Amino acid sequence: MTTTRVAPGAERQAQTPRRGKRTGAAGRAPWLLLAPFLALFALTFLLPIVVAILSSFTKVTRNGLFGEAGVTSEFAGFGNYAQAMADGSFVASIGRMLLFGIVQVPVMIVLCTVLALMLESASAKWPGFFRAAYFMPYGVPGVIATILWSFLYVPGLSPLFDAAKLVGLTPDFLGANSVLWSIANIVTWSYTGYNMLIIVAQLKAIPVELYEAAKVDGASTWRVARSIQLPLIRPALMLTTVFSIIGTLQLFAEAQVLKTVAPAIDSQYTPNLSAYTTAFAYNDYNVAAAQSVIIAVAAFALSFAFLALTNRKSS
Amino acid sequence: MTATATKPTVTPAARTRSAGPDRSAGRRRSSTIIVTALLVVVALYFLIPVYWVFVASTKSTSDLFSTNGFWFAPTFSLWENLGRVVSYDHGIFGRWFLNSAIYAGVGALLATYFAAAGGYALAKYEFKGRNLVFGTILGGVLVPGTATALPLFLLFSQMGLANTYWSVLLPSLVSPFGLFLCRIYAQATVDTSLIEAARIDGAGELRIFHTIGLKVLTPALVTVFLFQLVGIWNNYFLPLVMLSDSELYPITLGLNNWLSQVDRLPEFYELTTGGVLLSIIPLSIAMIVLQRFWRGGLTEGAVK
Repeated sequence: MTTTRVAPGAERQAQTPRRGKRTGAAGRAPWLLLAPFLALFALTFLLPIVVAILSSFTKVTRNGLFGEAGVTSEFAGFGNYAQAMADGSFVASIGRMLLFGIVQVPVMIVLCTVLALMLESASAKWPGFFRAAYFMPYGVPGVIATILWSFLYVPGLSPLFDAAKLVGLTPDFLGANSVLWSIANIVTWSYTGYNMLIIVAQLKAIPVELYEAAKVDGASTWRVARSIQLPLIRPALMLTTVFSIIGTLQLFAEAQVLKTVAPAIDSQYTPNLSAYTTAFAYNDYNVAAAQSVIIAVAAFALSFAFLALTNRKSS
Repeated sequence: MTATATKPTVTPAARTRSAGPDRSAGRRRSSTIIVTALLVVVALYFLIPVYWVFVASTKSTSDLFSTNGFWFAPTFSLWENLGRVVSYDHGIFGRWFLNSAIYAGVGALLATYFAAAGGYALAKYEFKGRNLVFGTILGGVLVPGTATALPLFLLFSQMGLANTYWSVLLPSLVSPFGLFLCRIYAQATVDTSLIEAARIDGAGELRIFHTIGLKVLTPALVTVFLFQLVGIWNNYFLPLVMLSDSELYPITLGLNNWLSQVDRLPEFYELTTGGVLLSIIPLSIAMIVLQRFWRGGLTEGAVK
């Protein structure tokens, strides 16, 4: 699909070379190099997005008792979107993820920034070991991490309850009010080290001359962190925050796996779980497509809102 | 505010620096102890769940519930447990492991190659539509993977691809973020005069990419490969949506399948803990060994 659309452009390019040394081969070369990527990109990104948008505006009606008289599809306008937004559980799941994000994303970003600054300060011993230890959970898939933590959340199996009893606490990790924060803990455990590594990379790019100048000026460690390091790692902080916002709205595996041990998690606990349930339990692909589009648009909107907000603040 | 004040000093010349710089201004012995103590506490948080699953997988089912979770039971049954994990259901665990290795290994390798070719083309050639292509791909970085998984399933089931190896492998071959990194890196490091010289020598464009381009891009390629490897290995939603045949499951899906049976059959506790232990060993080791390359590659991408 892409290649056919692309070929005429490439030929025209070859016929009217902008530079004398551009030959036909050089004109075709970039498209040849791009072809495998673009073909797969079209198949697995563009086409599904088009399909999702189209089917979110379509209504499929099955004729006859079991659909034996064939199916008819017609344009539904915003019907599917209206149906998705009228579903209280779906709207509640978006609200739940907003609450989750407002608490978990700042906690994680602050934690990984503090860890990165501590590891990069000369005060830290064995930074290589700590960096590896913090990064290790990133190699544990979300599902496995959730299985791991779910064992620690279940009374009778978990040593955490014995430890809590010693100090007179009886925690309930899987209760209706606490399970969201138990999920937040799993997400924080999984991704803090990864985000920390991105920030460490940016910290390492700060020229040594700046530190030396600060030293000559007699600046304290706090002062260096606040006036040199934090402003210069801003791009890394924005990147990790935007990825965290997108990740929060996509939350799926943690909730779905924890559902088997936590009755407080229903089949529409997160927006993605809701879309999955709509598609595969209710077989309503069109409403599920509308839900997927809503999730993607919400992720876009929140990311842009965050970027706009931080840009306005800085200028 | 402060950033603008410090920016003029960040000249390219300032970037070259000696190894092992002294990054602190003012430091005392007491602060070393406090900082290290804090780092140890945080390390415990990250390591204890893994320690727990190791301890748990050395226990029999009855010991699992009756002995302290943070210490070993008198009977050490790690090898029996692991033996059962590997042999259960005619070695299905090994099959899942192999599937994960195929999805992640093949997927990451090809995805890196395609991203390198695309990123190189976008960085080193001027052609009509370049900005449009790049902009579209950049938009793809921000599209959540789970948003495309459902429609992709509908698409693949119409094409007869659902519930096959291809249904998980094909989407894993595309890494818009990888292409983005490769383009930045190629712009900064691949010397245009080197390409021109190779052209004068009569080398074809594709050959120039394969000999000069790939070689210069290697540090970025390592990063892209690792990103994609971990991304595919950790993926759960896509295989969950696509696959119904448990023979095709990656390890994430398989272990969740076992976990969902512990309610009825407590013996699945040992299978699941043993399986979790076996599954986190390879990638944890890979993370610890490879984080050096990871960091290096990221820095190049971020700085240039």
